Amino acid sequence: MYRPSLVVTFTKKSSVKMAKLTSLFVILLSFFCISEAVFEDQVGKFDWRQQYVGKTLFAHFESNTQSSKKMFVATDKNIFASFNSRTGDLLWRHVDKTGPEGSIDILLLHGQDALMVVGDGRLLRSWDTNIGGLNWEAVLDTGSFQAACFVAIQDTVKLVAVLKKAAISLHYLSNGHQKWVENLPDSDAVQYQAVYSGGEEEVYVLGVVPNSHLTIIAYSLEDGEIIKQRSVEASWLSSIESSCVVVGQGVLMCVDPATLALYTLPIQAEETPEFSQILLQSLDLEVFPGFQPVLVSSQPHPARSPLSEFFLQLGPDHHVLLQLNADGYTIAPLRDFQPAFLVSFATTGKKTVAAVMTPKNETACAINLFSVDSGRRLLDTTVLFPLEPNGGKPHTLYVHAFLKKDDSVGYRVLVQTQDHALTFIQQPGRVVWTREEALADVVTMEMVDLPLTGTQAELEGEFGKKAAIQDGLFPMVLKRLSSQVTLLQAWLAHLWKLFYEARKPRSQVKNEVTIETLSRDEFNLQKMMVMVTASGKLFGIDSKSGSILWKHYLENVQPNAAFKLIVQRTTAHFPHPPQCTLLIKDKDTGLATLHVFNPIFGRKSHIALPALPRPILQSLLLPVIDQDYAKVLLLVDDQYKVTAFPSTKNVLQQLQEMASSIFFYLIRSDQGNLSGFRLRKDLSTERIWEVVLPTEVQKIVAVKGKRPNEHVHSQGRVMGDRSVLYKYLNPNLLAVVTESTDTHPERAFVGVFLVDGVTGRIIHEAVQRKARGPVHFVHSENWVVYEYWNTKSRRNEFSVLELFEGTELYNSTVFSSLDRPHLPQVLQQTYIFPSPITTMEATLTEKGITSRHLLVGLPSGAILSLPKMFLDPRRPEVVTEHSREENLIPYAPEMPIRTEWFINYNQTVARVKGIYTAPSGLESTCLVVAYGLDIYQTRVYPSKQFDVLKDDYDYVLISSVLFALFFATMISKRLAQVKLLNRAWR
Amino acid sequence: MASVPRSFLLLSIIPTILILCADFACCNTGRKTGDGLDTDFSGFSVPLEHSFEVDDVSRFRMRGALQLRGGRETSVSLSQSQLSEEDRKTLKEVAAVDGLYKIRVPRVSLTDRQTERQMDGYLTAFVRACSLVESHLSDVITLHTDVSGYLIGVSIVTIPGACRGTEVEDEVDLEAFNTTLTIIAPTNAPQPETALFIERMDIEHEKRGKPQEQKSFFAKYWYLILGGAIFLMASSSAQPSAGGAEEQQS
Repeated sequence: MYRPSLVVTFTKKSSVKMAKLTSLFVILLSFFCISEAVFEDQVGKFDWRQQYVGKTLFAHFESNTQSSKKMFVATDKNIFASFNSRTGDLLWRHVDKTGPEGSIDILLLHGQDALMVVGDGRLLRSWDTNIGGLNWEAVLDTGSFQAACFVAIQDTVKLVAVLKKAAISLHYLSNGHQKWVENLPDSDAVQYQAVYSGGEEEVYVLGVVPNSHLTIIAYSLEDGEIIKQRSVEASWLSSIESSCVVVGQGVLMCVDPATLALYTLPIQAEETPEFSQILLQSLDLEVFPGFQPVLVSSQPHPARSPLSEFFLQLGPDHHVLLQLNADGYTIAPLRDFQPAFLVSFATTGKKTVAAVMTPKNETACAINLFSVDSGRRLLDTTVLFPLEPNGGKPHTLYVHAFLKKDDSVGYRVLVQTQDHALTFIQQPGRVVWTREEALADVVTMEMVDLPLTGTQAELEGEFGKKAAIQDGLFPMVLKRLSSQVTLLQAWLAHLWKLFYEARKPRSQVKNEVTIETLSRDEFNLQKMMVMVTASGKLFGIDSKSGSILWKHYLENVQPNAAFKLIVQRTTAHFPHPPQCTLLIKDKDTGLATLHVFNPIFGRKSHIALPALPRPILQSLLLPVIDQDYAKVLLLVDDQYKVTAFPSTKNVLQQLQEMASSIFFYLIRSDQGNLSGFRLRKDLSTERIWEVVLPTEVQKIVAVKGKRPNEHVHSQGRVMGDRSVLYKYLNPNLLAVVTESTDTHPERAFVGVFLVDGVTGRIIHEAVQRKARGPVHFVHSENWVVYEYWNTKSRRNEFSVLELFEGTELYNSTVFSSLDRPHLPQVLQQTYIFPSPITTMEATLTEKGITSRHLLVGLPSGAILSLPKMFLDPRRPEVVTEHSREENLIPYAPEMPIRTEWFINYNQTVARVKGIYTAPSGLESTCLVVAYGLDIYQTRVYPSKQFDVLKDDYDYVLISSVLFALFFATMISKRLAQVKLLNRAWR
Repeated sequence: MASVPRSFLLLSIIPTILILCADFACCNTGRKTGDGLDTDFSGFSVPLEHSFEVDDVSRFRMRGALQLRGGRETSVSLSQSQLSEEDRKTLKEVAAVDGLYKIRVPRVSLTDRQTERQMDGYLTAFVRACSLVESHLSDVITLHTDVSGYLIGVSIVTIPGACRGTEVEDEVDLEAFNTTLTIIAPTNAPQPETALFIERMDIEHEKRGKPQEQKSFFAKYWYLILGGAIFLMASSSAQPSAGGAEEQQS
């Protein structure tokens, strides 16, 4: 069990016992650290993981048969993945580097090979789509990526052409070897944007000098020799990418929004070619005002030329199917689609069809297939796509067409909506699965208690204050009786359900969680996870099963917006519904909007929102509550004026009374400025303190206060000599972390400042020399733990700061920042940590009795539960009697990583971004959610389950012993009586 | 460290107190060595201003002058005048309405004297006026510097710090400040103590005594091997045919 090489910590119960019995060393160790491993039968019982891929950029289906199950997507999160199209489950997934280095430029699919250009033309990769293995990888020459296409030689696809800014290269599909590479002529002036091959002996490169002319170069496939080079006058053309496609037998088709005309040009023409103009007016077509027309064409097979039919989009919901006639410069309209949101071509065998999505009614869209040759609608091909009321609009259509047994065309369709959700629909309109890919980028989250059941709530309501005042005695009695009856009803219903389910086999009994059946469990272990994603979609997820119970897409959210989620009213105030507020702040303008909703049902509340005309600097949640039990949110704008939400009379009055004791701080990291403010009665503010860290020396990278819902059970620590060392528990303390502007390894440093948020007093100021970020830190109770990179020793280190008041308290009843004249004692120790980390959080429990653990997210995807015991600055260098008495672990410079501390065993969480901890109703249990690309939910027991009876607890033995004792007492009593009587007779 | 200023506080009644913060070798290490040598050690003075108004609008007035001295040993001293009759009255009034007593010092650098010493802006701190009155103007002012000698913060606390509502009758108690002044530079956070740990391990190893010499496998178990060999030889010579027959059968 303690073997360090153990990667996956499934442990059988018997082996644990064996290990403990046999190895004295293990027993010694288990004094210090609590074993954390998951038993094999516990896997997946209290935890779940969901894997995501992100917003789809490219999607392809495996092959055009009805039985194929695979589809492939490449996403904006630099992920190449394969789904099972029947279930929507991930078959395999490749997670590349984040950022532009791993970005996927293009994904091409041919047979069993998936070709991918990665990192703006850095690498060319070929994947085996069956198993997701890498066939080969080729490093491309430098230069930014422009386009790529397959190239066929004599009807078989053998090559891939990659066009870069200044060069074109051909690679063999079989092994990635380069066939040839050629520099493009005059690449400084000409922007080469497209590459085309239609199965001939040449490959064509198209470039443009904006608003001047078009350049066409034909390269020989054999050796890369330039066969011909043409220049065509095109003063109206600015970009080939956005306005041109190739249709028919190598005809370049462009659309010009200025002259409202289509232009055609045969690419392969021998003599000097020229664009021929076709006015849209002549085709009876009109462009929606202000809309940039878009052309959509299709090349079903790389060895043949593209279809001569193409779509022209004339407005947001107007598409036209056009056909290029055989002469190469006249166009015939086939069918007008209005309204139509989305169109797509799909090919199966020799047949090509067009799928068109049209709005049907408020709640659904209809998708139909049309024959490309004639524009006629194919019968029985309608599929309905349900539109969710709070979802995004359809964005892209991916069609998987196949030939049925009777040779007619069947299809399935994948619809991507604006909120990054993927919906897969089968004929006749059945939604097979939906993937909420917005969850791949969770920004912030909260866990909210579930409400009581209806009957419990009824009882609560009966004894509510308001009810008692309103009603008289008699109605109260009646109410009581009726609630008793409902309780009885509920109990009977429960019994009936138990009886009914007992007859069914175990496997059929499913506890489907729906929003109606949601209720708090006995120990409050099941909660509602409210997740906010970067795309602006909100989710309500059941923490027990991981099923999404509600979703709400906020439109018009800027892509770089900052979110802050605030729980204003918890579930505890029946009949008032719980209330969450999401503060959405535009990073550029600083303007903020509020979205107020019920976290259990996701519905938007219709509360009057305050007008926020000025940029918001800071928001703070006060412990003050209004008459409806909602906590008051204060928003500070850039003129230091305060807006209260809710701003009822009651609240304003309370604020006036408390104004002189409401302090807040603002931090401007660009100026290194920390300043404190006090609220005035008229809701203006006054600046009362100011600390300035010169930005020439160091810059503020992060500031953390303490969590408001944190409880600390013990005020001090009992030392070996039975005296108490009191903790410095300042709820207003801020930990400010800075990094030096000088990045030289010898002079770089990380600064840690502990500042009182009320008085601005610098409690402690420490400098970690020869260190640099990224700094991850946790601030809780009386300690701060931070992790940094040691530039001298080139390793990651953990440092812990603990603050103590000393052996006596200054004022034991109440803490006030205004009345603590003495500075605390600060103890600090540093350790080597053998791994880099990505995020860190501390466990949190109901009453704070349970010992604390640090949850550390590692780049490997593991989440380490590190006992705080190991990060204790009082760990002695030399073991003494006192330190042994206190159970202090002797100091060791290196922090161990034990594999049994990984709380997510083999369920790695890719790209962990944050860890959220929440207390449960059980003191021993802390709920943990790790999010990043994946979402993982589990429970941790930092001090083991001391308040829970074990599963194998022997009830029978205990009760039988009890009964036996009871009867023994009875019998012996009786015997004693008989004996006494006999003695009396004697 | 903390006990030093307190003992001073108890002993002294004079309005001006000099506290030299001696041993702060750490705040020198970040500096370039040349800086300390170039500067003349006369030091320089910056104003310490205070503000206490009934309407809580800051109007800063001169309270005293801080004598700052950079160089190898950073030191600071304060000379301040007594409070005027009017000031004493205002202070008591401010204390009565639970107003604030604020102080501020300009942002300066203690070391970098060639360039512009004074940057724009001030560092501000406050204390409740009532606690200042009730402590009979006994305050502790701390100046914080960063690694390169810039002043980054100032703090003021009174001892005792609480407001109990006790009346200060004697006007004499509010005449002169009884100030303790310190300057604090950042402490160096510890590095992992590898050297000490290794030393300790070595000592423990030595204590346990030298481990027994590593004998070779044969040296250790020669008797077993010999015994086994003899046994094998004896058994094979006794029943050679029986063993062979069994092998054939299986």
